Amino acid sequence: MPLKSKHLLGLDGMPKEDIQLILDTAVSFREVLDRPIKKVPPLQGKTITNMFFESSTRTRLSFELAERRLSADVLSFQSSGSSVSKGETLKDTARNIEAMKIDMVVMRHSAAGAPHYLSSVIESAVINAGDGGHEHPTQALLDMYTLRERVGKLAGLHVCIVGDILHSRVARSNIYGLKTMGVKVSVCGPATLIPRDIEKLGVDVYHHIDDVLPKVDALNILRIQLERDAGRLFPTIREYHNYYGITRQRLEKAGREMVIMHPGPINRDVEISADVADGESSVILQQVLNGVAIRMAVLYLLGTR
Amino acid sequence: MNVLLKNGRLIDPVSGRDESVDMHIVDGRIEKIRPSIASSSSMKVIDLKGTIIAPGFMDMHVHLREPGFEHKETILTGCASAAAGGFTAVACMPNTKPAIDDASVVKFIKEKAKIALNGLVDVHPVAAVSVGRKGEHLAPIAELASAGAVAFTDDGDPVHDAELMRRALEYASMFSKPIIQHAQDLPLTKGGVMNEGLNSTTLGLPGMPAIAEDIMVARDVKLVQYTGAQYHVAHMSTAGCIALVREAKRKGLKVTCEVTPHHFTLTDDAVRTYDTNTKMNPPLRTREDVEAMKQGLRDGTIDVIATDHAPHSFDEKQVEFQYAPFGIVGLETAIGLAITELFEQGVLSFHQLIEKFSANPRRILHLPEIKIEEGERANLTIFDPATEWIVDVQKFKSKSKNSPFHGHKLRGRAIGVINNGESAWANG
Repeated sequence: MPLKSKHLLGLDGMPKEDIQLILDTAVSFREVLDRPIKKVPPLQGKTITNMFFESSTRTRLSFELAERRLSADVLSFQSSGSSVSKGETLKDTARNIEAMKIDMVVMRHSAAGAPHYLSSVIESAVINAGDGGHEHPTQALLDMYTLRERVGKLAGLHVCIVGDILHSRVARSNIYGLKTMGVKVSVCGPATLIPRDIEKLGVDVYHHIDDVLPKVDALNILRIQLERDAGRLFPTIREYHNYYGITRQRLEKAGREMVIMHPGPINRDVEISADVADGESSVILQQVLNGVAIRMAVLYLLGTR
Repeated sequence: MNVLLKNGRLIDPVSGRDESVDMHIVDGRIEKIRPSIASSSSMKVIDLKGTIIAPGFMDMHVHLREPGFEHKETILTGCASAAAGGFTAVACMPNTKPAIDDASVVKFIKEKAKIALNGLVDVHPVAAVSVGRKGEHLAPIAELASAGAVAFTDDGDPVHDAELMRRALEYASMFSKPIIQHAQDLPLTKGGVMNEGLNSTTLGLPGMPAIAEDIMVARDVKLVQYTGAQYHVAHMSTAGCIALVREAKRKGLKVTCEVTPHHFTLTDDAVRTYDTNTKMNPPLRTREDVEAMKQGLRDGTIDVIATDHAPHSFDEKQVEFQYAPFGIVGLETAIGLAITELFEQGVLSFHQLIEKFSANPRRILHLPEIKIEEGERANLTIFDPATEWIVDVQKFKSKSKNSPFHGHKLRGRAIGVINNGESAWANG
């Protein structure tokens, strides 16, 4: 059964069967990662380009590793700043690379919608590795995979996404994906970091973290962008940590077991305290491992479609 | 020129006429208007059965891009686009390079317009409020007015400084010229590329809240009340803004406003494909705002339909949504959208529609009224209100093709224009 779409641009509107298929396919690739020889042949002879127009370490390495584990040929480049500032348009950059006969493009870009635009001007399949404040579908897929692996199911759970929802592509992809899979989703953060009308997406909005903690099965704690947000969107990092930081004390007070997720990289003792990040409820490192399996599944399903 | 227009329906809100007529025009002057005029061999006879003859339409919000951005549009191609869209006059905005902040630029534009199409389309420059449109020092308003500027605006940007706006209103009122405001509170819209709401949240695009427009108009209405000056709100897009103008008019202030066809037709749902031709400033708003536009048109709060014709080259729009310039072309779809969205839906009668395209913009800019009478110069727009057509941007006379309406089916289009002894017809 193939995926319905040629591209993976986002989880908004993706049918449940497709999400299920990706999660299930990832299970067998996850098993591959435990073998002594971690390489399988399905994308042999395929060429994949990783176009990272925004700095990224973990997502880029995760994709590259997934591509190599599937035996694809890999071309990667990272360019800080927009394509515009380089003087060449995204369209020209992508068409030039495509002229070298490639099969798939994985793109990270600071502008929302850039992969959608790209998919309209090139022939290759496009995988969105994060576009501005819009979507980061493979991150949400690996979050769902990890949650399902830990709890054994998705439907009926309640997940709260904590932090800067306004700028977060991880939050949006998680909301779309989790809702489709029957998970109740709440968001919690200062009013300044909650985007307008988000409740119309069917999520509950909280501004006080202690109100929501006793109700949830899992937390997805977002990274606070220290350089961007402090000062205008909330007063100080200290205040943010005191009111929204997830600490052991806070979790104990909530009196409920919950899975702790974070898309990384973490700011220790800002949005999450070190003991929670390293504690037994934390699945942060499993997320990283499962990320490779999820990306293998997506690349496999789109690359052999 | 020796033309006999046969069987057209003359609708002239000024004289109140609405009847089927024949009209004989010689050398740009209306020779005769009669129920029936016999043709002679020297006349070019044009059968206008089923079409409407109206006083020449004016688009009071057009970016002709010359001088400075001739790769987007020139005065010549802009005039050709206006004529094709059924306009015999345009007012052009000052965000050129250099800006229209010096009398020499006003004269340059008027000279060029006179040569373009032999003056078929009258071009009325709107000059900058501030030097370089920087919002700091007043442009030489008296000199600009003497050179022929019909109004003042920093369009593209608001006159943001309240004190500068106050002085501009006071100064321009000495010459009976309106200040046209691009109403936008800048800090509230910083970085924004679309309307703020569910769609911007879903798309992850930075939003521009509707209140940013309302706040600027609310402030300006206070300044108008204080100065007694004449003020016009450009391309209004929010329900809140209409309520403010309605209230200002009720108080008897000299406040008028315009709406673009895209703001009474589309909502920000159109942005969901990240099509850069749905990116304009002010942005497409919500269904409630579109309904408020229609209500404002119906009850007379909105005086004018103007297009904010904003040409950009193909490549300039072929980029990521956030990097694309704001604006779309509008001259050649205006009549079709007005008839499809307003007349067909019972919002406006032909009579009202013609007023908003002709008499009202001329009144706001203090231009002479068009008279459709024997002995008067012919300044006419002829349109077919019934024909259905599919918008094909490649057929536009404009140099630019950046329209979100490509492929849309519209009802009604311009058939021809006559002005200054020149004419242009849709079918040659």
